[in-house]
Amino acid sequence: MKELKILAVVVFFTLLTYWGVEPYAHSVMHPHIESKGFKYDDLKPLAKKGDAAKGAETFMNAGCIGCHGVKSQGMPAPMDPNAAAASFGVNPPDLSDAGAVYDAKFLADLIANPEHALMVEHKFSKAGRSFPMTAFYGLGGDKDQEIADIVAYLQSIAPKAEKVTPKMAYEAACGRCHAMHYDKWTQIGERPTFKYKIDELKFEEKVLDYQDKLTKYLGKLPPDLSMYIRSRGEHYINTFMEDPQALLPGTAMPRVGVSKESAEKVLEYLTEVGDRKHAERDSVGKIVMIYMFIFAFLAYLWKQSIWKELH
Amino acid sequence: MAHFEKAHSLEEWLDQRLAIKTLRRVLAEEYWIPKNINFLWAMGMVLAVTFGILVVSGIFLLCYYQPNVNLAFDSVNYTIMQEVEFGWLWRHVHAVAASVVFLIIYIHMFTGIYYGSYKKGRELIWISGMLLFVSFSAEAFSGYMLPWGQMSYWAGMVITNLFSLGSLELNGLVEWIRGDYVPGQAFLNRFFMLHVFLMPLIIMALIGLHFGTLRIPHVNNQDGEEIDFEEEAKKYLSGKKKEAKVIRFQPDFLSKDMFVVAVFLIFFFYLVFWHYDFAMDPINFDPADGLKTPTHIYPEWYFLWSYEILRPFPKDPGLIAFGFAQVIFFLLPFLDRSPNVAPASRRGKFAVWFWVLLVDMIVLTVMGKLPPMGIYSTIGLLAASLFIILWIALPFITKNEKAV
Repeated sequence: MKELKILAVVVFFTLLTYWGVEPYAHSVMHPHIESKGFKYDDLKPLAKKGDAAKGAETFMNAGCIGCHGVKSQGMPAPMDPNAAAASFGVNPPDLSDAGAVYDAKFLADLIANPEHALMVEHKFSKAGRSFPMTAFYGLGGDKDQEIADIVAYLQSIAPKAEKVTPKMAYEAACGRCHAMHYDKWTQIGERPTFKYKIDELKFEEKVLDYQDKLTKYLGKLPPDLSMYIRSRGEHYINTFMEDPQALLPGTAMPRVGVSKESAEKVLEYLTEVGDRKHAERDSVGKIVMIYMFIFAFLAYLWKQSIWKELH
Repeated sequence: MAHFEKAHSLEEWLDQRLAIKTLRRVLAEEYWIPKNINFLWAMGMVLAVTFGILVVSGIFLLCYYQPNVNLAFDSVNYTIMQEVEFGWLWRHVHAVAASVVFLIIYIHMFTGIYYGSYKKGRELIWISGMLLFVSFSAEAFSGYMLPWGQMSYWAGMVITNLFSLGSLELNGLVEWIRGDYVPGQAFLNRFFMLHVFLMPLIIMALIGLHFGTLRIPHVNNQDGEEIDFEEEAKKYLSGKKKEAKVIRFQPDFLSKDMFVVAVFLIFFFYLVFWHYDFAMDPINFDPADGLKTPTHIYPEWYFLWSYEILRPFPKDPGLIAFGFAQVIFFLLPFLDRSPNVAPASRRGKFAVWFWVLLVDMIVLTVMGKLPPMGIYSTIGLLAASLFIILWIALPFITKNEKAV
C-alpha cells in the first residue's frame, strides 16, 4: 500500500513535468489552428453548371495550352521545365489530373483571378510584380458559364478520384516546388538512374538551374519534404496546405487548393516516404508489449516466491 | 607454480582459475541489502538496464551512422530509419532511452535526497553519482549533435557559446572547442568521438566507482536506521530469514528489482512505439541549416531547469548562477549540517526544503521550455532566484535540526 502511495507521488510529478514541457509549452509556442475541412468558404460556389464538351472548346480558345501541357490528351507542355521556369519563375503544371486533384471552386476562382485563389497578392500585385498566369477575361459570352465549362472539361478528362495515387496527388499539388529526395523526386521530375556519370551531371545541372530560377521566383528554395511528416506532423501539414497564410503569414507558398481527398493522399504520400515503417512500428510494438507483460508477470511470481520466506 | 587438480565440471575448472564461487558469494549472494526498502531502491538496477539498452542500441546505430556533415542526417533518417531492417527500432529505442534515463536519474537523485542517503559515510556514493549525472549530461549532449538536424546544430551553437564566459569574451576558446568558427565537420567529428568512445568509457568507469562506494557504507533504508550488517547477516544465514533485517543481493533483492525493471520496460516500450515525440524533437527532423535559426531553441527536457537558471538573469550573473547550479548538488553532503539520516518527512524544516526544491525545479523546467516572454520570464526569474536561495539556506535550515 505504501509503495503504491510512493508510486502515485512519482507518477504525479512526472506527469506534471511532462504536461508542462510538452502539451502546455507547445500550445503556447504553436497556436492551434483547426482545419476547415478544405471547404474554401471564402470562394464563391460555381453558379453555373458546366458542359465538358463546350469546355474543351473554350479551353483551347482561351489559350491555356500556351503555357500548360495536358499530356493525357496528347498535348505536351510547350516548354521543358527549365525553359518554362526561365519564362515564368516556376514550371506551369500539367493539367491532366487537375480536375481530380483540385477543388472545383478553387479551379474556377483560379481561372478568373489566379492571385486571389492562390493567396499570393502580397507577393505580386501588392508588391509591384505581375503574376505569371494571366487571368481569364472571357471569350465574349457569359464568363461564369465559360469558366464552369472549363472546370467541367478538366474534371471530365481527369482520372477518377480513386485512381489518383498518393504520388500523383503530391506531384500535381507540391512536386514542382518541393523535392522529395527520399523518393528520388526532384522539382523537374523523377531522378533517373544513369549509366554514365556525364548524364548524371547533365541532369544535376538541370535540377540546379531549375532550383535557382525557383529561388529567384519565391525568394527562397522551398524545402525538401522527405521528412516533413516527422518534422511538422500530420496536423500542421494538413492545415498549412489548406491555408498557408494562417500558419505562416507572409509566406510565398501559395494556397494549393487541393480537395479534401487529395490532401489526404498528399499526407499519405508524405507518410509513405518519411515514415515508411509506421505500420511495422505498430505491429512490432504490440508483440513487444505482449512479451513485456508476460515478462512482468513471471518476474512478479519470482519475486513473490522468494519474498514469502523473507517477510 | 600453484597446484591444480583435475576439474570435474566447467564451474570447478573456472573456480580453480578465477575463484568464481568466491566472487559470486562476495558480489552477489552475500552482498547484503536492507530489507526495509521500497521500489525506489530498484532505480539503480533500472538505470543499469537502461544504460545497457543504450549501449546495445548504440552499437547497432554505430554500424550505419556517418559522422559527416553531408551524410549524417540522411544516414540517420534514411539509411537507419528506412533502409536497414529494424534500424528505426534501434533508433527509437536509443532516443527514448536517452531521455527516459534522465527521468530515472532524477528519481534516483531525489530518492537519495529524501532519505538522506548521502550522509555518514555515504558522501562518496552521492559524489560519484553526481559525476555520473554530469557524464550522462555530456553523453546526451554529444549524442544530440549526431543526427545533424536543426536542433543539433543550434543547440551546439548555443551551448558551445557559453564557453565564451560572458564578458570575458573568450571567443578563441569557443573556436577551439568547435574546431571552427561555427559548428561544422570538425565539430561533428569530435562530438562523435566523445559520444561513442570517451564519454561511455568514463561512464563505465564511474559506474564501477559508484558500485564501489556502496560496498562499505551499504545501501540506506527507508528509516535511515543504522544496521549492524554482520550481525544481521549471521541471523539470515542461520535460517532466521524473517527476523533478519538484511537480504541477499541475489536472488532476494534482484527478484524485486527485476519486477520493477519489468514494469519500467512496459512503460518504456510504450513510449518507444507510440509516444516518442518528447524524446525525438520534431524540429530535429529538419536538416541543419546555419542560415535558418529555428523560432524556438530549447534543450531537451532534462536540461531545461539549469537552462532556466541561466536565462532570466543578465549575461554575467546568469552564467555565474548557471555555474552555481552545476556544482551545488555536489556539495549537498556538506551543506546539510544535520546528523540525522532519516526520511525528509521526519526532519521538520528539511521536509519543506525538499518539496519546495522539487516543485521549484519542475517550475524551472517548464519555464525553460516556454519562450522567455511576459509572465514566463518573471516566473522564471523568481524560480531561479528561489533555487539559489534554497541552497544558500540549506546549512542554516539543517544546523539546529532536532535529532530523530
